[in-house]
Amino acid sequence: MDLKTAFFYAFSAILLFAAFRVITARNPVHAALFLVLSFFQAAMLWMLLKAEFLAITLVLVYVGAVMVLFLFVVMMMDIGAEGLRQGFWKHFPLAVVLGVLIALEMSAVLMGGFRISEEPKTVSALGSGAGEYSNTRELGKLLYTEYVYPLEIAAAILLVAMIAAIALTLRRRKDSKFVSPSDQVRVRPDQRLTVLSMKATQPAPAPEAVPTSAETKP
Amino acid sequence: MSLTLTLGHFLSLGAMLFAMSVIGIFLNRKNLIVLLMAIELMLLAVNTNFVAFSHYMGDMHGQIFVFFILTVAAAESAIGLAILVLLFRNKSSIHIDELNTLKG
Repeated sequence: MDLKTAFFYAFSAILLFAAFRVITARNPVHAALFLVLSFFQAAMLWMLLKAEFLAITLVLVYVGAVMVLFLFVVMMMDIGAEGLRQGFWKHFPLAVVLGVLIALEMSAVLMGGFRISEEPKTVSALGSGAGEYSNTRELGKLLYTEYVYPLEIAAAILLVAMIAAIALTLRRRKDSKFVSPSDQVRVRPDQRLTVLSMKATQPAPAPEAVPTSAETKP
Repeated sequence: MSLTLTLGHFLSLGAMLFAMSVIGIFLNRKNLIVLLMAIELMLLAVNTNFVAFSHYMGDMHGQIFVFFILTVAAAESAIGLAILVLLFRNKSSIHIDELNTLKG
């Protein structure tokens, strides 16, 4: 067993263990952290498959951004974990039987079905020699020539997702005071300034009759 | 157990990971946030299959596809979590059984 195979089995074992802990962890924070671990193991497996760019992207985008988002949401919400787990173990036997059946069948077919031997024509088929072969360069060449329209659509999808997330969670404070800019722009002079016509000089008001104090006193 | 890695090894790993997340969806029916995590695991299994095929067939287009799947999955989880936050703000819980206001 060479080093690569040993690494494969080690990473796969940790990946499956982490995935198992993700789905059975009592605390959602633990589940999110185990999900980070499983993403990391998957990135290492992709490294074994010589997909360096995607492995780094998985670590940067998923571990760095998406999982932090998950952790943020999990910690922001006060989730009563007890009520959410009622009936958790009731369906466990059925779920395990189904899962093992799926995995065994697919493994039986896939292990025998694809007789593609190891160390394939990757390097030779992808053009450049073994010395200067760069996964990132090959990916970039394809991405910016043949897949440039899908790339732009992907950018639009990300923009739409960002706007949707902001629009969904935006909440206006009820007690904040603000002025509407459109009302401010559309204001007319007569709404702000009223000119009253009045004389320049006015006669002094006549002195009022002062009531005599003798009558008011009892 | 063969000594050299073949495509079947990676595909079997993807199948096991996929089955694991199916079990997770079975078990965590009440907890929306763990459901989202199980969906992320499923996408990871699919992506592993793509990368393995791309490596063993010597074809870069599989890795391009993984790139786009990662993009869409990131958008999906962002919007999903935003909906979850909105739900929690309105209902003060993420219990699936309380999400029946659309029921006629």
